[in-house]
Amino acid sequence: MNNLDPIAVFRTEAAEQLELIEAGLLDLTRDLDDKGQIDAVFRGLHTLKGSGSMFGFDQLAAFTHHCETAFDRVRKGEAPATSELIAAVLDAQGHMQALLDQPNGDHDAMSTKLLEQLHRAVGREASSTSHPTTGKPKEAPAEPSRRTWQLDFRLPADSMVNGTNPLGLIDELRDLGECGLSVNSDQLPPLDAMDPTQLYLGWNATIVTDKPRSEIEDVFIFVMDEMVMDLKDVTPASAPVVPETTLAQPAEVHPNEVPSAREEQRTPAADAKSQRQSDNVRVPALRLDEMMDRVGELVIAQSRLSQMAGSVVDLGLRSVSEEIERLAGELRDTMMVLRMMPVASLFSRFRRLVHDLARETGKEIELVTTGETTEVDKTVIDRLADPLVHLVRNSIDHGLELPQDRIASGKPAVGQVVLSAHQTGSEVVITIKDDGRGIDRARVRAKAEANGLIQPGQSLSDQELLQQIFQPGFSTAEKVTNLSGRGVGMDVVKKTIEALRGSIDVKSDEGTGSEIALRIPLTLAIIDGLLVRVGNGNYVIPLSAVEECLELSLEEDLRSRGRSFISLRDDLVPFLRLRELFRTGSQPDPYQKVVVISTGRERVGLVVDQIIGDHQTVIKSMSKLHDQVSSFSGATILGDGNVALILDVAHLIAAGQQQEAQLRAAG
Amino acid sequence: MSANILTVDDSASIRMTTRIALTNAGYNVTEAVDGADGLQKLKSGNFDLIVTDLNMPNMDGLTMIRNLRQLPAYMGTPVIFLTTESDGDIKQQAKAAGATGWLTKPFDADNLTKIARKVLGR
Repeated sequence: MNNLDPIAVFRTEAAEQLELIEAGLLDLTRDLDDKGQIDAVFRGLHTLKGSGSMFGFDQLAAFTHHCETAFDRVRKGEAPATSELIAAVLDAQGHMQALLDQPNGDHDAMSTKLLEQLHRAVGREASSTSHPTTGKPKEAPAEPSRRTWQLDFRLPADSMVNGTNPLGLIDELRDLGECGLSVNSDQLPPLDAMDPTQLYLGWNATIVTDKPRSEIEDVFIFVMDEMVMDLKDVTPASAPVVPETTLAQPAEVHPNEVPSAREEQRTPAADAKSQRQSDNVRVPALRLDEMMDRVGELVIAQSRLSQMAGSVVDLGLRSVSEEIERLAGELRDTMMVLRMMPVASLFSRFRRLVHDLARETGKEIELVTTGETTEVDKTVIDRLADPLVHLVRNSIDHGLELPQDRIASGKPAVGQVVLSAHQTGSEVVITIKDDGRGIDRARVRAKAEANGLIQPGQSLSDQELLQQIFQPGFSTAEKVTNLSGRGVGMDVVKKTIEALRGSIDVKSDEGTGSEIALRIPLTLAIIDGLLVRVGNGNYVIPLSAVEECLELSLEEDLRSRGRSFISLRDDLVPFLRLRELFRTGSQPDPYQKVVVISTGRERVGLVVDQIIGDHQTVIKSMSKLHDQVSSFSGATILGDGNVALILDVAHLIAAGQQQEAQLRAAG
Repeated sequence: MSANILTVDDSASIRMTTRIALTNAGYNVTEAVDGADGLQKLKSGNFDLIVTDLNMPNMDGLTMIRNLRQLPAYMGTPVIFLTTESDGDIKQQAKAAGATGWLTKPFDADNLTKIARKVLGR
């Protein structure tokens, strides 16, 4: 594991550190007296400074130093925590991110500006605080080459207990040059009064060396402050050095000054939050992906084994095969859990976003998050970040009204954005809900018509109309504001969600707010699927989307020909004949089956030749070459070595809805 | 036999740097992520040198040093703490808690191995 780059690790760690600092600061905005958070922020800043300078991020280290100093004063009770200070450090925190991203950039102007702001907030003039410097003991000016030194020293009595080894120090002295030594035992107490852990001896040394004075002193660098040391240059004019020395003047007993410092140091309370963190092991996601791949291969090999074992009568082989099946299943489940992360990591970044947007827009916003402990595959979390940012921005920019408008319409001045997550079966539903003005349907329609997305007067269901906001190039904002015009459109959001095999539901009540629900599979790596046969090919339908399976008799098939609707408990459900869609060119089985799939509201039946059974499958994503193939979201390898394609449910439902619309339009 | 060193730091990058430096110098390195973790590892292992940060969550370096000095097995075991120039009086506190010496951040591999050799005497 030595091949990992410490600087890369530092960057990741610094980013996390910055997030923690930010979270701490945001908590402080609510409770300025939160001692625990003040300590936590200080610790974060301190660590960031220390390791920043370790890894050559000098600008970051120097800048962070000032914030740390400010917080140190707060921590020690020398300055109050004010909202002004917190705001200043929050701004500084953003700047630290920039210093981290571009350690060699020119940040001086910004740094100076932020530091002024910081110093104003602390109520103190710009810095008497020094930059952290790389402290080397100052070198004495070069001294004439070979000199003789008389050194008398007595180490602190408790120095051996604290790990200082006098013999080691004496060896170091010997390494400097010629060294004559004698022991000074005049402070040795009577035997019965001796404490075996104490050091009672002193030494007298004569050293002849060409090394400077500072090197002799450096030997004692760790004990310098508490020890008694007398170092004299006794280089004789011409006389040779006499190694044997007389006893030095009796060394004074140095009063021990340290006990006052022994008083109990404040121990930061072990809050549950940091406890959790220290229990974790950080593993690069890439390694988990590699491991997932191996587990995938194992599961495939195992299912071949089961198939072979099933076809022979060898009971021993069967029992081994069952054992392997169980183990592979458990391994796969464990693997899945390893990849799961709480969405808290995703949600936490929104506190800052909302805080910044509130300042930018002049709106008052309260962010509520629920279900943070809901866990989702890491890949999903990573890919959800951008769409969520966009949706939250949208809610705030387009949804929430200004405080005065809210009051005028009888709402509280503070608008609310609720981010919530919960799990349903093999899906996680992430909802962004606001209590703003809601989506103006008339305006959506007008805009869609103006952009040629729908025909004037075309009849649309409410959901269809609302889904227009996901069309490329659609925006209901009258002007592109700083917030919304950031290059990501709702169409990109929708694409990203669909690429995750997820779907989006929109609900909106004019005047009272909107709710956008993202339904995402928990993992992208493994799905529970329904294995079906169409013609000669095998396909997997994600089980989470399957509602029910029906039989489609030949007569019914003939009767419905050209109409492609089946009646399902008084409901007409459009269906797609996969045989036709995939152009298998084969004869349909006499008893075809219809698999009804749904995403929330929309339902579509898929006509297949045979339902083989449920199949847990490890998804292999398709190559770039197949990017254009929209009906499939991936492939899997079956026990017999054959490949089965995984059907893309969202796409098929869209196709079904389109077909339904066409048929309706055709009357 | 090469010495066993325990490094205690909440920063993974610093831990990695110290581990690389000390391993290259031929020492056996064990890592702990904070004082509490460090203390636990000290109790279940046998270390010849401890290199620790001071500011850490859960249990800071000072408390850990104080605790380890209560363990008979670690009476006299050298403890080096990592500090920054601005830490000022913290050196005094660490010494009082029972630390042997310190190393000022930023440090490089040479500083660290030199100090390790100095206090280990090998």
